[in-house]
Amino acid sequence: MKILVGYKRVVDYNVRIQVKPDGTGVVTDGVKLSANPFDDIALEEALRLREKGVATEVVVVGIGPADLTAHLRNGLAMGANRAIHVVTTDAVQPLTAARAFLKLVEKEQPGLVLMGKQAIDDDANQTGQMLAALWDRPQATFASKLEIADGKATVTREVDAGLEVIEAELPAVVTTDLRLNEPRFIKLPDIMKAKSKPIDTIEFDSLGVEAHDHLATTHYAAPAKRSKGVMVKDAAELVAALKQKGLL
Amino acid sequence: MSKILVIAEHLHGKLNPATARAVSAAVAVKPEAIDVLVLADNVDAVAAEAAAIEGVSRVLTVARAENAHALAAVLAPQVAKAAGGYSHVFAPSTTFGKDLAPRVAALLGVAQVSDVMSVEGAHAFKRPIYAGNAIVTVEANPAHAVVATIRTASWPAAASGDSKAPVEALALDVALPSHTRFVELQQGSSDRPDLQSASKVVSGGRGVGSKENFEIIYKFADKIGAAVGASRAAVDAGYVPNELQVGQTGKIIAPELYMAIGISGAIQHLTGIKDAGTIVAINKDGEAPIFEVADFGLVGDLFKIVDELEAELS
Ligand SMILES: Cc1cc2nc3c(=O)[nH]c(=O)nc-3n(C[C@H](O)[C@H](O)[C@H](O)COP(=O)(O)OP(=O)(O)OC[C@H]3O[C@@H](n4cnc5c(N)ncnc54)[C@H](O)[C@@H]3O)c2cc1C
Ligand SMILES: Nc1ncnc2c1ncn2[C@@H]1O[C@H](COP(=O)(O)O)[C@@H](O)[C@H]1O
Repeated sequence: MKILVGYKRVVDYNVRIQVKPDGTGVVTDGVKLSANPFDDIALEEALRLREKGVATEVVVVGIGPADLTAHLRNGLAMGANRAIHVVTTDAVQPLTAARAFLKLVEKEQPGLVLMGKQAIDDDANQTGQMLAALWDRPQATFASKLEIADGKATVTREVDAGLEVIEAELPAVVTTDLRLNEPRFIKLPDIMKAKSKPIDTIEFDSLGVEAHDHLATTHYAAPAKRSKGVMVKDAAELVAALKQKGLL
Repeated sequence: MSKILVIAEHLHGKLNPATARAVSAAVAVKPEAIDVLVLADNVDAVAAEAAAIEGVSRVLTVARAENAHALAAVLAPQVAKAAGGYSHVFAPSTTFGKDLAPRVAALLGVAQVSDVMSVEGAHAFKRPIYAGNAIVTVEANPAHAVVATIRTASWPAAASGDSKAPVEALALDVALPSHTRFVELQQGSSDRPDLQSASKVVSGGRGVGSKENFEIIYKFADKIGAAVGASRAAVDAGYVPNELQVGQTGKIIAPELYMAIGISGAIQHLTGIKDAGTIVAINKDGEAPIFEVADFGLVGDLFKIVDELEAELS
């Protein structure tokens, strides 16, 4: 079985994002970029399935500008067999990304597509679900446990009420939550090995995807700031303050 | 004029209060009608609750055995079919809505607006990106239906009153897939207030140190009638189950009082509590970032302080 992994590059989760004063965007110049943390988890899970003999090939997919190559090399160094780079300079919204993934799915015929539950830049939490809809296949979002046997995935999902277990016939789309696994670290020899692994480059325009971005972002603003409060000296003072506000 | 379809979230025959929050967002669009869609095996109890929400014009029900559990693959084709004639489809931005709405949007071939914080016009909305560190205004194409999830912490629940919207059964001719099946829901049983709707929340972090120690958080929460929450570190360490996680990838909440005990205040945690009325931080590290957002901060050992708080309240 082949596994396709959504592998998006985003602003590193440790960066405190600043909104440009003129409201036209956020500052991304010189900011550290990393793999979307949920996508590293998706890749790790795919690699474990290959190590268990469930999967035979792991392919990382990135949709983005020409300089995405270094990022995809990281995915290869982590252990993916090969990478697909869909090249576009435009910011790709989830529906467009899902349509592009559908084209790749039709070509590659994977048994499983693993994606992050959300990209931590747009925080959309949509692409996996949209791909599953367009592909007319099962989806299992927010996975914290995944087992593959007998042509189906048994997935434990982190839902508001607790943990939900569902069964999905393959092929299917599974999106990862943080507790699914802990991604491995890349070792130096693996970086060397990754240099000879193939990256297929496909121009976005050649996919024949309708790419109307239906949402226009017209303004960026910094969030309302909470003002710094007061320090109290002990429990008695805290209780008094909360009682005064009618909170206790 | 706008016509909005709100998807009801429910479990075990009870309407989730997040539904009434999505109705509030629908009201803000000033539509001609707001209909609530109930997909269930037994629809009556949930439909009756939905019909009592102020602002609701009609409740539409689809009673099918396949709808016994909220599987997005099963529900989405029904919602997409029911969406005909509506300008907007809203669902709460809970794990239910986040799972379902994008599947509906893709079936309708439209973009989705995730986590609507405010309505700026029938097709313009504010939503958070980068874990809430930036707020964007987005405009959806007015030629298409708008599919959106509603950030529940940004909206009060529309009141339930004596109003009684009519309930109508909807006949939808759609074939449903059988490729996705529900197995079980493992749910911690708790008599404590629900984390997402509680007016007070006491959360513990890694500083609490162990599952056993977490008892002091539960005990204190019970004393003040609060729900219990936790940081991701506390959940990962196995102190508490995952459904207690507050933050970017957990629950986004807006209680009147939030007490963070032994939590450092990482941005991913703060995203979940930005809308709280009053934030209290208890931490032994006076430099912890949580103090930057706390209305009341107290530096010290949490074990000692929680004891003292209990003594003060006895
Ligand atoms: C993509 C992504 C998503 C994430 N989503 C979330 C999320 O939804 N929610 C979330 O919470 N985190 C999330 N995180 C993790 C987040 O970055 C932090 O790692 C986490 O919030 C830390 O939890 P903590 O504050 O309990 O632990 P720590 O940061 O370890 O802080 C523990 C605190 O306890 C204090 N302490 C220790 N002992 C005592 C004592 N005896 N008395 C008083 N104080 C004491 C310490 O001073 C310290 O400040 C996410 C991370 C990533 C990368
Ligand atoms: N441009 C992209 N390149 C690769 N994967 C993507 C891209 N956009 C979205 N994805 C995948 O879809 C997931 C969810 O993204 P989103 O719906 O934007 O929150 C991500 O975690 C990725 O796995």
